[in-house]
Amino acid sequence: MVKPKIEIQNLTVSYGPIESLRKVSLDVSEFEILGVIGPASSGKTSLLRTLNRLNDENPLFRKQGRILLDGLDIYTKMDVPLLRKRIGMIFALPAPLPLSIFDNVAYGPRLHGIRSKRELEEIVERSLRAGFLWDEVKDRLDTPAMKLSGGQQQRLCIARSLAVEPEVILYDEPCSGLDPISTARVEEAMQQLKQKYTQILVTNNTKQAARVSDRTAFFLMGELVEIDRTQKMFTVPQDQRTEDYVSGRFG
Amino acid sequence: MNPRITQRIAFTFLFLSTLLILVPVFLILLMIFRDGFQALSWQFLTAYPRLGMRAGGIFPAIVGTVYLVAATLAFSLPVGILAAIYLSEYAKDNWFKRVIEVAIVNLAGVPSVVYGLFGLGLFVIFLKFGASILAGSLTLSIMSLPVIITASREALGTVPLSFREVSLALGATKWQTIRRAVLPNALPGMITGTILALSRAAGETAPILFTVAAFYLPRLPRSIFDQCMALPYHLYVISTQVPNVKLSIQYGTALVLILLVLAMNIVAIVIRAQFRKRKLW
Repeated sequence: MVKPKIEIQNLTVSYGPIESLRKVSLDVSEFEILGVIGPASSGKTSLLRTLNRLNDENPLFRKQGRILLDGLDIYTKMDVPLLRKRIGMIFALPAPLPLSIFDNVAYGPRLHGIRSKRELEEIVERSLRAGFLWDEVKDRLDTPAMKLSGGQQQRLCIARSLAVEPEVILYDEPCSGLDPISTARVEEAMQQLKQKYTQILVTNNTKQAARVSDRTAFFLMGELVEIDRTQKMFTVPQDQRTEDYVSGRFG
Repeated sequence: MNPRITQRIAFTFLFLSTLLILVPVFLILLMIFRDGFQALSWQFLTAYPRLGMRAGGIFPAIVGTVYLVAATLAFSLPVGILAAIYLSEYAKDNWFKRVIEVAIVNLAGVPSVVYGLFGLGLFVIFLKFGASILAGSLTLSIMSLPVIITASREALGTVPLSFREVSLALGATKWQTIRRAVLPNALPGMITGTILALSRAAGETAPILFTVAAFYLPRLPRSIFDQCMALPYHLYVISTQVPNVKLSIQYGTALVLILLVLAMNIVAIVIRAQFRKRKLW
């Protein structure tokens, strides 16, 4: 067993009176792709937003339990911006900033104090290559990122996350707005990134989890129903509810 | 009654009401242009008033109003924007924030003459600024702040949440996020709102009456501790306080004031249009 990169211990998350995760415990291994599936309001997105502490922005947010990154509690032992630098996030809708392609990718490095133009150029090229976008945009880095197609925008967002050299990448339904070809490109990028990054993919598309992830976790109404190797989850799940969901009987 | 007929009647009234708004605007502009246009000349704009303000130009009043607007901008823009950022981005939703919000709404409803008396009491007398550009522009600033803050908060509200989340998710602090992802996209809206508030302030008489405006001053102000003449007050003076002023001079002054305000509004509209063209979300 590879050492766990993230350990989630007995995590309960609520927003005011609404509980969205109940007593969830799971480990994420280094360099794996963990697929997270489940119907709407099963707590998938809550899990991601708790992992990089974006939920801190919500005044109603409360949590119990612990989340460890490399053995350290992210809620008590870590500086929030630094944590978010280590755990990057790709949102459901491609969200480029209204800046040029270059400035979008350079946004993160600049935040963290990199000023040298040459250094920024290196980072931008390296990140765009890693996000499989470089060849399509290398001649027009100065054009507005908003002019790219949806699929290109999403790969730009991946490249932008990579530019701050994270260790973990969270994807919140990254392909929900993309056509099948763009989706394939993004999935291809994720497969290549496996060598260096731990990835958690939340998706409404059960087949996508089957295609991309090493292990899959199934959530229902805020509870972790089952987590196992993807192949096993989709062929011989332990729980009847998992079987019903992955075979498309509800959800 | 036949619903089609009631609908026709309703449309007619709605349209007439809309038309009714245009009529006074059109008439005011027509009258002022007709009677004021002949007074307009290079000399009218650049000369000092003569013969007890019955002849000559209105140069010191124009300069005074420009100074007042500039000083008001310098005070109110930073304060207004910073307060708006605090209220929209930082303040927790508690009783303190609600008190401030209610105060801002009420401040916007205070009659301008009350601001004038307040400025007289606080800046002119208590703080010993005397009647001065400083006292007058501070008074105009306080009057403009509610509008600037409200417009700035609206501008901040139009910046999509995703910009903030993206920035935070890359490890930005809250201030870095505001500074780099939010503010550049809200600033044009803030500036537009501020200019519109200032164009209102430029035409106000009551707030400057006790705090800065001079009846007649044969020289330009030398510092912000000097009094100055101002267009709206000058217009009031030559219309009601000085007998036998030619109609063309009165209307000419009104025309210059209106053109100044119009020019400021056009600048605001151009900034907004430029921004809309650039904005792609």
